[in-house]
Amino acid sequence: MSIKKHKKVKVTFTHIGVYLALFVFLLPFLWMILASFKTQVQILNTSKIFDITANFDNYKSIFKEYSFLTFIINSFIVGMGSTLLGLILGLPAAYSIARHKQQGLGLLILVARIVPGISFLIPWFIIFSKLQMIDTYTALILSHMLVTMPFIIWVMIPFFEGLPLELEESARVDGCTIPGAFIRVMLPISGPGIITSSILAFIFSWNNFMFSLILAGDKTKTLPIAIFNFISYSDINWGGLMAASVIITAPVLILALLAQRYIIAGLTGGSVKG
Amino acid sequence: MSNWIDRHIKWVFTMPAVIFVGLMMVMPVGYTLWLSFHEWSMSNIDPPVWVALENYKNLFQDELFIKSLWLMFYFTIAAVATETVLGVGLAILMNQHIVGKGIVKTLFLLPMVATPVAVGLIWVLIYEPNIGIANVFLQKLGLPVQEWLTSQDLVMPSLIVIDVWEWTPMIALIVLAGLVSLPKDPFEAAMIDGASTWQIFRKITLPLLKPTLYSAILLRMIDALKTFDIIYATTQGGPGTSSQTINIYGYVLGFQYFKIGQASALLMIFFVIVLSISIFTILLRKRAGVNL
Repeated sequence: MSIKKHKKVKVTFTHIGVYLALFVFLLPFLWMILASFKTQVQILNTSKIFDITANFDNYKSIFKEYSFLTFIINSFIVGMGSTLLGLILGLPAAYSIARHKQQGLGLLILVARIVPGISFLIPWFIIFSKLQMIDTYTALILSHMLVTMPFIIWVMIPFFEGLPLELEESARVDGCTIPGAFIRVMLPISGPGIITSSILAFIFSWNNFMFSLILAGDKTKTLPIAIFNFISYSDINWGGLMAASVIITAPVLILALLAQRYIIAGLTGGSVKG
Repeated sequence: MSNWIDRHIKWVFTMPAVIFVGLMMVMPVGYTLWLSFHEWSMSNIDPPVWVALENYKNLFQDELFIKSLWLMFYFTIAAVATETVLGVGLAILMNQHIVGKGIVKTLFLLPMVATPVAVGLIWVLIYEPNIGIANVFLQKLGLPVQEWLTSQDLVMPSLIVIDVWEWTPMIALIVLAGLVSLPKDPFEAAMIDGASTWQIFRKITLPLLKPTLYSAILLRMIDALKTFDIIYATTQGGPGTSSQTINIYGYVLGFQYFKIGQASALLMIFFVIVLSISIFTILLRKRAGVNL
């Protein structure tokens, strides 16, 4: 009886511990959402934390006064472009590295993931300035590809390694060239891996701050830069800032929920299954 | 033609990616190295002037550089150590029978995928001395309020808290995946022998978890050394230079003061530090019998 009771107490404590931790980790998000529905006066009054008007004024204002739609579109163009081009360059490379055990190249890709991005920021700025490409989508997409492509390769190598080799061979017996077999047979059965790596690559591009800080301008400003500019005003519009934060994080959180099963495996390069 | 492609498929498939990495990464790092031996302010009229090792010499006499190095290590070690301890604890809690575990695991993913700049700005509001919830909380407890991100003494711990919030769940989920895959036998044997929970943890769980922990810590460390977004979005290295890690200092030297040579020298040193620490830990991990 007492052992049973002891066990029950332990189970209860475990649940309290886990859910309390979860609450603490979600608190900043709740705080962000709460503040995004408050007026400036309500935010400045700390005696009534839960006093909210619950209207969408902050959301309306960031679209009207700060033209947020432009930044959302910019982030989408850069994210989509760099993910798509990252796939086009990355998938064949990952396939070849997996298939032919080109470990030297695998290492190069790993190094590309390790090297601090800031070490090529100055040359990029100089070169793109000379080419008059600052504030163009091309420059942003090229720079973000250095995030998306190595990541896609990194995730896809173990994935391709797990595919049966015979498939490519039987396609070749049927008269396919290797690129033909790759496109018609291997890629279609790699759907789950490609979708996961694309979602994560898109999230990395969407979240990227440092490259856009240097290479984006008024025309191509992406969301992270746009919300960062919010705090350079002396009087911070907190409600607007939090509404903007909700808008920038919401798509990422939704994508993450879709790809949740693969995120840990993706972030650790397949070395850990989530 | 298609025959030629098939025979050289190794190179046809990899060349575009390799050329891209060469153009966008290897060449620029080489250019940074070249610039680090010159003095230049990015002006079109005055070209770069060769100064040999002058920039490097100056850096090692620059107090701010030494400080930024120390801040980088302080941030990395404090953040990763805290995340590891909390993450392992959380993972062990979650390795029990939990109602709604799937949803809990999913929700724990959110801090690490949320846009870092937005995360930083949310924390700026949380830490805001007059209206932030951090001080409201302290007041409710009857404790003195703090300046957090605008205090020279508290800015680094405050930033570390943000990093811990962002990344503890990742360590926890990696460790949890490791725990799930551990063999059951040693635990059962220890239970029968009457080992205490703490003994089981120290003598069985931790040693078996070592490879997983190595991977988690390595990944976290490489990223923690390079932390930029969170710091730049919240403090830009301030107040003064109290949170100016080497990454931020490099950015400030290059893009605010346009001391291109000096910044390039700093970035080369940073590059070498990050790369050698990464390679060193990867080798260490290999010796511990873990594959990449």
